[in-house]
Amino acid sequence: MSDLNKLTIAEARDALRKGDVTSVELTEACLTAIDAADALGAFAHKTPELAMDRAKAADARIKAGDAPDMCGIPVGIKDLFCTEGVASQAASRILEGFKPEYESTVSGKLRDAGSVMLGKLNMDEFAMGSSNETSVYGNAINPWRSGNSDAALTPGGSSGGSASAVAADLCLAATGTDTGGSIRQPAAFTGTVGLKPTYGRCSRWGIVAFASSLDQAGPMTKTVRDTAIMGAAMMGHDPKDSTSADLPVPDFEAMLTGDIKGNVIGIPKEYRMDGMPDEIEKLWAEGTAMLKDAGAEIRDISLPHTKYALPAYYVIAPAEASSNLARYDGVRFGYRAEMAPGDGITEMYEKTRAEGFGAEVKRRVMIGTYVLSAGFYDAYYNRARRVRALIKQDFDDVFAQGVDAILTPATPSAAFELGKEVSDPVEMYLNDVFTVTVNLAGLPGVAVPTGMDRNGLPLGLQLIGRPWEEGELLNTAYALESAAGFVEKPARWW
Amino acid sequence: MSIDTATAAKVAKLARIKVEEAELPALAQEFNAILGFIEQLEEVDFEGVEPMVSVTPQRLKRREDVVTDGDQPAKVLSNAPDAREGFFSVPKVVE
Repeated sequence: MSDLNKLTIAEARDALRKGDVTSVELTEACLTAIDAADALGAFAHKTPELAMDRAKAADARIKAGDAPDMCGIPVGIKDLFCTEGVASQAASRILEGFKPEYESTVSGKLRDAGSVMLGKLNMDEFAMGSSNETSVYGNAINPWRSGNSDAALTPGGSSGGSASAVAADLCLAATGTDTGGSIRQPAAFTGTVGLKPTYGRCSRWGIVAFASSLDQAGPMTKTVRDTAIMGAAMMGHDPKDSTSADLPVPDFEAMLTGDIKGNVIGIPKEYRMDGMPDEIEKLWAEGTAMLKDAGAEIRDISLPHTKYALPAYYVIAPAEASSNLARYDGVRFGYRAEMAPGDGITEMYEKTRAEGFGAEVKRRVMIGTYVLSAGFYDAYYNRARRVRALIKQDFDDVFAQGVDAILTPATPSAAFELGKEVSDPVEMYLNDVFTVTVNLAGLPGVAVPTGMDRNGLPLGLQLIGRPWEEGELLNTAYALESAAGFVEKPARWW
Repeated sequence: MSIDTATAAKVAKLARIKVEEAELPALAQEFNAILGFIEQLEEVDFEGVEPMVSVTPQRLKRREDVVTDGDQPAKVLSNAPDAREGFFSVPKVVE
């Protein structure tokens, strides 16, 4: 079998079980692809020896008849996940040299299921960004290119390395995390599938915290079926995370029938933004028609507080970040600045944080500090939390009226050129305009590639589901994927 | 709401991030742009709406306040920039 790195999880699983291929062969194919793809900047820390050890162990396990779905599958792990004995620095200078003594619950579940970690994937620093341009490792690059141009495009952020690696077949799948759209936006920019599960579905233990009430890990894969397989392996109750839901995880793959007859799909009018490009409008209309043809009932709905989601997010996320990132002070782990004679502990904190954090992280920590400070707490933070309650209520209302899932665009445009939007933080924040409501309401959302823009770049649609109903949501996504028939891959230039 | 350089300096101090004097005007301007964007929230009528505490109705779980995982000082200190004799080491805190 050639090009083993191009297999999906489902294909590789079946081939492994049949004995047509070994995990060592799959892993070698991925390691070769990774070494030939340094130009993409997708992998920040490669772990080939660890990968080969795990591949051999997986082959032994499969031979012994113990082969969970993920056993022997080579995957990439976002640098935000702490991995035992392997550098985990959230793409920040402040965690330079940090090698955790522990394994995050999600990466540990994947490891225990027999999957093979190929290395740590590039990302925006502390998951703050929508273009993967705030990483201490440098930019991750999108394997897709626009028309005949050879300009470097963003793979999106913050899980940009994960998206780039999956799209370029450097791994069969990858982990991502999503605080405001950081799985779904990069998936849409790279023609891959990304799921943000319901808040509380995946344990956050051992994942470097950005905004604890919004962060959620999820799978980034080549197909919806793979998302179902890998998602199930990542989810489940964890006593170490007090917000982790004590609910059984269904067999999502078994739920992929493609039958959505009679399902009600809501089309929210507030997502039709002024100045939205025609091709996004068209993509959305085509996706709606596909679901209708598959037997779903299409219903116009209203989510009246949508407009306020981004401003609410840009209060709540920085507020939580300023609190979570207070632990990076040069005392217990990571980077510590050089001291000048006479410097005390305050100077140590201030210099360490000034040198260790990048510009966007500093900006958000300080905005968070400001909105939580005495005198502004009510005006900003409490107001944003009230608006958040209203945004959640909007979704509760439409679900109560019988809507099963909501279809929206995933991003306002196709992938843009690196360096294009960096100068204006607010402009950059608008990239998450369609995804951020889902985090504020704690709902599951999935991005599915369904079309191309006029320059041959992939575009994705988003489906939003009821809480804890990832299985039904993925089945709708499967119907959309089947109808769209998106099979294009980026032409190799790297 | 307009942030001046003195406020920017105060916020930087509270956040324990050193910002050079010369960078304060640009920082204040960035704050103003972001806070200007956030001020849209003032349009919302949230009469009677409680600030959200948790997106899921479940109560935070509690456990007995006992040590469940301890006695591993070497692991705890293994990533410290400076550690001596079983402790984290920092510059002098008390005169």
